[in-house]
Amino acid sequence: MNKAKKLLSLFEKTMHILFAACGLVAVAFVLIITGYLIISGLPAIKEIGLKEFLLGRVWASTATDPRFGILPFICTSVYGTLAAIVIGVPVGLLCAIFLAKMAPKKIAAVFRPAVDLLAGIPSVVYGLVGMILLVPAVREAFGLADGANLFSAIIVLAIMILPSIISVSETALCAVPKEYEEASYALGATKTETVFKVVLPAAKSGIAAAVVLGIGRAIGEAMAVMMVAGNVANMPSLFKSVRFLTTAVASEMAYSSGLQRQALFSIALVLFVFIMLINVLLNFVIKREKK
Amino acid sequence: MKKTSISVKRRAVCAAENILMYIAVGLTTLLLVGILCYIFYRGLPNITWELLTSEPSVIRGINGILPNILNTLYIILFTLIIVLPLGVGAAIYLNEYARNRKLVKIIELATETLAGIPSIIYGLVGLLFFVQFCSLGTSLIAGAMTLVIVTLPTIIRTTQESLKTVPQSYREGSLALGAGKWHMIRTVVLPSSVNGIVTGCILAVGRIVGESAALLYTAGVANEIMGIIEAAKPGSGGSTLTIALYMYAKERGEFDIAFAIAAILLLLTLIINIGAKLAGKKLKK
Repeated sequence: MNKAKKLLSLFEKTMHILFAACGLVAVAFVLIITGYLIISGLPAIKEIGLKEFLLGRVWASTATDPRFGILPFICTSVYGTLAAIVIGVPVGLLCAIFLAKMAPKKIAAVFRPAVDLLAGIPSVVYGLVGMILLVPAVREAFGLADGANLFSAIIVLAIMILPSIISVSETALCAVPKEYEEASYALGATKTETVFKVVLPAAKSGIAAAVVLGIGRAIGEAMAVMMVAGNVANMPSLFKSVRFLTTAVASEMAYSSGLQRQALFSIALVLFVFIMLINVLLNFVIKREKK
Repeated sequence: MKKTSISVKRRAVCAAENILMYIAVGLTTLLLVGILCYIFYRGLPNITWELLTSEPSVIRGINGILPNILNTLYIILFTLIIVLPLGVGAAIYLNEYARNRKLVKIIELATETLAGIPSIIYGLVGLLFFVQFCSLGTSLIAGAMTLVIVTLPTIIRTTQESLKTVPQSYREGSLALGAGKWHMIRTVVLPSSVNGIVTGCILAVGRIVGESAALLYTAGVANEIMGIIEAAKPGSGGSTLTIALYMYAKERGEFDIAFAIAAILLLLTLIINIGAKLAGKKLKK
């Protein structure tokens, strides 16, 4: 009897350790990712020089005298993301307001799954539609030689971040206590005034979280952008072909070697640093909201 | 409530805000309907029986996406086999076992971090770690391992949520009857949270089906039919539907096939979304 008990407790302990190991796998993955990016990203930065790498305006990785300046990619990523946010957030926020407060139940029941569907569409499909519909349309509309440029990429990114902005801000709007609204009605405000002047400000930290999440999505998107941005290492300009941090990594990976390959890992490291900063910001915003 | 008490200016502002809102909603709706219609319009006519059931062959002039369909299924299967025990195990640890608050915080922070990393970085690390360091080669199994990392946060989160909905009295009842902790989890807690786990799986499948950047350099771009045993071997790579779409559209300019694949992907997304919704509804009950 005693022996059986001991065996059982041994078994329970093993299970405990096994489950703890499963939990630690996630931590291990983060460490592996961080470790690999740092180890493989630093050598090229050391060789090129941090200043030359981050602030160099010329990227000519395959030239006989190769230059590795990634300022064009950084600027493109930042501009593209910000512009996508500027377009995507107001539209998404208004849709969220509609869903959370204004829409009749039946319409919300159709609109919400539609937003989910928009979120589920694979990025290559967005890229394909952008390539076939948007790029020629941009070319025609602005009389350009090529429609694959920063402008097209911004539109595609704005569309792609829309669903996450809608669903996160809707959650934030719905979390605002009913009493706020009732108090506002009691003071004689109309429904629209209540929603825009009471509920919206009350949900602002949740909405901030939505915006930060959108920034993360937009800066990390690779495939769709690769299909519509033209993929030339120019300094960003609205109607020029550009390359983002993500597409810079993806487009040369297949045939790169030597220092060029190492430089690609360095770009990934820079992107990773950006993402980590955004994550920290997101955690900060969410924590503040909980208070 | 008398409407007359509201000034003209207030009414104008309200109207403007409402109009803006309806414009945004209209735009979004138009966008979704437009994308759906256009892809189905261009894609559905190109989906033929031959396309679905054959291997592409330059010599015979045949286009086929059967290898890509199979590869997608294999990758889904391999990924779920690995990620399911890991993710559910981690969730069980976080919810049932963990006493150490600090450790729980670290694990949860790690999960959130993983959820925020873009897939191109997963692809790169997958290339460095699984393809090169673990010498799996450009293979479906390396792709699946990469996707394990991608989908792990989803599985952990949904499982954890459903574990939280299991009433504490179930656990106490089971323990009071003399069950060991693992026995209690296996016979009482897990069966009551199976819906959440199913939802997690469906969401993970959705993520896998739509994933491209993480697979481009880990699973490769080959288009050959493989049996499942062959597919599980290191070094046997192949492209999934999304990668095939990318290659057909960007590298080869064969838009008819690309749109056919896009239509299939959209249908899959639709099915996955409906599935997740149904599973979620069951969970709430």
